[in-house]
Amino acid sequence: MSKIAESAGAAVADITDGRTIAIGGFGLCGTPSALIEALLQSGATDLHIITNNCGPDSSDVTRLLRAGRVRRVSASYIGDNSEFLNSYLGGAITVDLIPQGTLAEKLRSGGAGIPAFYTPTGVGTAVAQGGIPVRYGSGSGFAAEYSAPRHVAEFDGREYLLERSLTADFALVRAETADTIGNLRFRGAARNFNPLCAMAARVAIVEVQEVVEAGGIPPDDVHLPGVFISRVVDLGGRMRKPIERLRTTDPVPAGGGSHGL
Amino acid sequence: MTWSRDEMAARAAAELTDGQHVNLGIGIPTLITGHLRDRAIMLHSENGIMGLGGYPLPGDEDADIINAGKETATTVAGSSFFDSAMSFAMIRGGHIEVAILGAMQVSVAGDLANWTDDGARVKGMGGAMDLSVGAKKVIAVMTHRTREGQLKLVRECSLPITARAAVSTVITDIGVFDVREDHFRLREIAPGVPALDPELSRMLRPGR
Repeated sequence: MSKIAESAGAAVADITDGRTIAIGGFGLCGTPSALIEALLQSGATDLHIITNNCGPDSSDVTRLLRAGRVRRVSASYIGDNSEFLNSYLGGAITVDLIPQGTLAEKLRSGGAGIPAFYTPTGVGTAVAQGGIPVRYGSGSGFAAEYSAPRHVAEFDGREYLLERSLTADFALVRAETADTIGNLRFRGAARNFNPLCAMAARVAIVEVQEVVEAGGIPPDDVHLPGVFISRVVDLGGRMRKPIERLRTTDPVPAGGGSHGL
Repeated sequence: MTWSRDEMAARAAAELTDGQHVNLGIGIPTLITGHLRDRAIMLHSENGIMGLGGYPLPGDEDADIINAGKETATTVAGSSFFDSAMSFAMIRGGHIEVAILGAMQVSVAGDLANWTDDGARVKGMGGAMDLSVGAKKVIAVMTHRTREGQLKLVRECSLPITARAAVSTVITDIGVFDVREDHFRLREIAPGVPALDPELSRMLRPGR
């Protein structure tokens, strides 16, 4: 019953060319870097990556792009990553730009067995009307393919557009703690897209800082039940957690408090 | 004189009411945090935090606690963490009282353009489209002109829009403007700002 994989390499060994892979994380936060490194080593190519953003130029996802292993990216944001932007504008990859909340819901609903949903996000914009460049002609600087218009319907006097849900062949995600049967607990804002990517995938692979015995995470503290997880890679406390933008503050003078309700 | 970026942030903070849940966009809105000390306001961060605090003290940085701009951050008492679907359920579901967003253009009708500088060089909308349709009230904060001198308060947006009729108030370096469907109402002018540009003055009157 144990889902513990021998290694990150063994966990991703059956990811073949052309697969769709949902990758958790928000920039560098919560991104499964050991699994992406293993995917890079595996040689799998022609991949469709679903991820909120590819992080900065130094990110692991960007290394996949740079190595020419990615055919398509579905994401909400390209900014801060010149490799991603240049691959898109140069026609090397196809890009679906999706509002962040719509992307999150596409993954959640895909994993929840709901094929499509209506949302108010994007009504009256290019998301609804179509026409966002999806692929540029190689080196031409001109778009060769555009996003399709969405069906719009009115409910209770307000307009909504129809979005299709997303599923993936595999998910690569990161959590802080797993038990041996794949129950997960995340830490801080590193949760982000990780549970949603895992839900949307046929095979979800997680890397974790530590593994505990089943029952080691109290049932009330399980953030994602192990039913969604196929394989667990134990990083044994050696998880890399890079910081994208380090900002600190000077100590607050006496009397200056913090805000909050 | 015009308001500095930090003065615009202070002016935006004055629009908030204690008890509100507020999302601050990237850019000038981020500076608002510095003006909320001792205010009973819960800041929402789209990447999965309710109860965002300021930057950490040196040595207290935590890679797992970042804001939507990917900067190290802290949390306040009563904060919570959640996944991105839950985060956008709060936004889209109308549970966030105010979103304060940066903008490239705002029209008299409250149309907001802030996700791409033109049709060809798309950067991605991130959470801006969800925030601008989902928050109960949307305040835009921006300089009133581009670096090239073009007015950013406009009759109609020329840039691809983020949401229609979304913005209710615009805080700029020269004053505070309320959106009134077919015109702007100048609610407050920054001290020492001379007479408004004629093109902008025309937008303070209804119609074209």
